[in-house]
Amino acid sequence: MIHFVVHEEGDGVGVVVVEGVKKGQDLVGWIMEDDKEIRMTAKSDIPIGHKLALKDYKPGDTVIKYGVDIGKVVAPIAKGEHTHVQNLKTKRW
Amino acid sequence: MELSKSTFWGYKRENGRVGVRNHVIVLPVDDLSNAAAQAVENNIKGAMAIPHPYGRLQFGADLELHFRTLIGTGSNPNVAAVVVIGIEDQWTQRVVEGIKKTGKPCVGFGIELHGDHDTIHRASKAAREFVQWSSQLRREERPLKDLWVSTKCGESDTTSGCGANPTVGNAFDKLYPHGVTLVFGETTELTGGEHLVAARCRNDEVRKKFQFVFDRYQQVIERHKTSDLSDSQPTKGNIAGGLTTIEEKALGNIQKIGRKCLVDGVLDKAETPTGPGLWFMDSSSAAAEMVTLCAAAGYAVHFFPTGQGNVIGNPILPVIKLCANPRTVRTMSEHIDVDVSGLLRKEMSPDQAGDKLIECMFRTANGRLTAAEALGHREFVLTRLYESA
Repeated sequence: MIHFVVHEEGDGVGVVVVEGVKKGQDLVGWIMEDDKEIRMTAKSDIPIGHKLALKDYKPGDTVIKYGVDIGKVVAPIAKGEHTHVQNLKTKRW
Repeated sequence: MELSKSTFWGYKRENGRVGVRNHVIVLPVDDLSNAAAQAVENNIKGAMAIPHPYGRLQFGADLELHFRTLIGTGSNPNVAAVVVIGIEDQWTQRVVEGIKKTGKPCVGFGIELHGDHDTIHRASKAAREFVQWSSQLRREERPLKDLWVSTKCGESDTTSGCGANPTVGNAFDKLYPHGVTLVFGETTELTGGEHLVAARCRNDEVRKKFQFVFDRYQQVIERHKTSDLSDSQPTKGNIAGGLTTIEEKALGNIQKIGRKCLVDGVLDKAETPTGPGLWFMDSSSAAAEMVTLCAAAGYAVHFFPTGQGNVIGNPILPVIKLCANPRTVRTMSEHIDVDVSGLLRKEMSPDQAGDKLIECMFRTANGRLTAAEALGHREFVLTRLYESA
């Protein structure tokens, strides 16, 4: 069973694709581009469609998804933690 | 999927374009004429009014866009015949003359010096004749290249970027080599991925034009923004669905143009493309506005990927909805034409998903109603460039 997907190797976040992911749950991920499996442990409850960090981040870091810059980290994020508007912001506008 | 000999059953119009619907529309030129147009729709079964709130005291480029959109809507090959109603004769005739260039039956009525009663009476007679005439038209078998397909996504979430949008991309990559006329747009929603679109432009001339319209709108944002656009782009729905930044949203959005097709040209809003290929239309990212502009540019079928579940339709352009979010597919199934949630469970390959969408495209083109059509979604929203005089 796949719990989250990653677009490509090197991306720093994955997308949860099942409902009800809970803190502490062991997760199986699928790197779509490379058809590889990875494993993570959720550090927070994460709703379907929301992202989890695949590594630790500190403020100022850049997050990569689709192999491209999707914004800057504004609060520390631990590997496996929910990554969203509370810790990631656009670099535009 | 082998598409080289693929055909669909469509209505060949007087100007050679092929439609997949056979609507008789009652088109108001302005807000004041909605009541008469809707009365005609009520009188004549099979006539469809397309009410809207604009058309008075617009000027310059904004007025030109108003006329281009109305004339384009009437000219769309999914429309068999048009009854135009306006408060004044002059602007009414301008719309009529524009639509008549296609060769299709079109007649206009001005309300001034007549009043609603007499206008409704005369317009209903015309609509009745058009409906009876058009109901005799028959579909004929046409090659795939005669089909024009547009795309725009809505209520996107992260599943759009890894499921529904790449499915459109896969289908576009398959349709492109067969001479299908395609379009995408949503100028602001390329922000963060504009360099990827620029790199896909066929040549420097197209690239320059694309970059110009992209930069132009960035300046509009800079001029009008308060702090940033974070209340609008991403939308509250996008954020609820897990999309965090405009860059992330844009990269998901761009999946719709696949990996192989080139951007062959840039269109102004509601502008009709001059040949096959993939076109970029400078447009709003608001769903109903963009789909209305695609219909006005002459597109006959629309691919609409959604994540959280946008319910949009259009009066004349069948909107095919596809979704990869299993929760949306479960909770809003009546709105979804193509379920590609299997992609995210690895139960379906991107290639299979693209084929499934193309199969639905053919069924829709051949006459099957989309979910939005069956549910009566007829969102017709005109784009305004600035305030009226």
